[in-house]
Amino acid sequence: MTTQLQILVTTASLVLLTMIVELVRRRKLREEYSWLWLLAGVVVLIVSLSYDTVRFFGDVLGGILPSAILFLFCNLFIILISLHYSVKLSKLTGHVKDLAQEIAILRAESRSEPSVSDLAVVRDDRSKRS
Amino acid sequence: MIAPEEFIVIIPAYNEEPRVGQTVAAVKAACRGEVVVVDDGSGDRTFEMARAASATVLRLPFNLGYGAALQTGFRYALRRGFRYAVHMDADGQHDPTYIGTLLDALDVHGVDVAIGSRFVERSGYRMPWTRRLGRLLFAMLTSLLTGKRVTDPTSGFQAFSMRALQLYASNVYPADFPDADVLIMLHRSGLSFVEVPVVMQPNPKDFSMHSGMTSIYYVFKMLLSILVTLMRRDPKKDSNRGGLRS
Repeated sequence: MTTQLQILVTTASLVLLTMIVELVRRRKLREEYSWLWLLAGVVVLIVSLSYDTVRFFGDVLGGILPSAILFLFCNLFIILISLHYSVKLSKLTGHVKDLAQEIAILRAESRSEPSVSDLAVVRDDRSKRS
Repeated sequence: MIAPEEFIVIIPAYNEEPRVGQTVAAVKAACRGEVVVVDDGSGDRTFEMARAASATVLRLPFNLGYGAALQTGFRYALRRGFRYAVHMDADGQHDPTYIGTLLDALDVHGVDVAIGSRFVERSGYRMPWTRRLGRLLFAMLTSLLTGKRVTDPTSGFQAFSMRALQLYASNVYPADFPDADVLIMLHRSGLSFVEVPVVMQPNPKDFSMHSGMTSIYYVFKMLLSILVTLMRRDPKKDSNRGGLRS
């Protein structure tokens, strides 16, 4: 692996890690979805810094180029992360369906009962008077 | 002195069919505030038992987790115009006679959150020692970061002022399990808390509502959550109102 590639990959993984933490900080990414990304970033960082590790894997797999090993790792992680999201998405799809059904039922029920917000208005009046 | 119509008691419950009725009855005997049970998608008859005990029940269509269930109670409390809330567990280990104590502590100490902290160790508490150690460490870290004594950040027995309710009802509140990171966020938002010693019953049942995560993920999540909380300048600014526009 050339030094240029090493610098590129090290920088890229540091940028990725910073981006993820910043996204969590800004509440655009939940912690529960961030762990796989952080793990990926850390592994790629370690691997890019340690040429011996990369070369070891390359030899074990039958003399593959270290740079190819790096790409292999990245691809494996992308596949894992996609699978992770597919599982989460499936669960969410089920939840959305349940919510939609619940709303439909509630709408029908609420047409025949007094609304909850009427009671809140009564409470405000009472506290303003006392 | 806080009037009965100003506060609400929130009881999140997940599969607590055998205990929730008793708990609601005990709360109603101890105070006159409204009692709302949040049924977090229970598979058993928690909903029916809570209803039979004359509690208001918010029945979530599926399990959301302890934090989200609690937050449902907070949002309900604000929507109904309550100025104070107390939450407690459905399994009966919290003594409702302390509800008044916790509410009074809000006034007496001039704080936004009064945390009922246990001094009776739970027997048969089946949390792995690794997780218990993690919780202890995070409690100590929180004490350090907030300058207040924190021994029981995950206590399920707490009282809230309206300001605390508004913060917790927004999307800054964790959906899985509110822990030490919530106290740090509270502190950084300029709100205050105090721990109030209360006596709790030892609970032979295992703490299934709170032990869903593995210890490794728990430590990771807490560290990341605390780190980003410290990085945020004002937690309130980043949050939008949260919830659906009604």
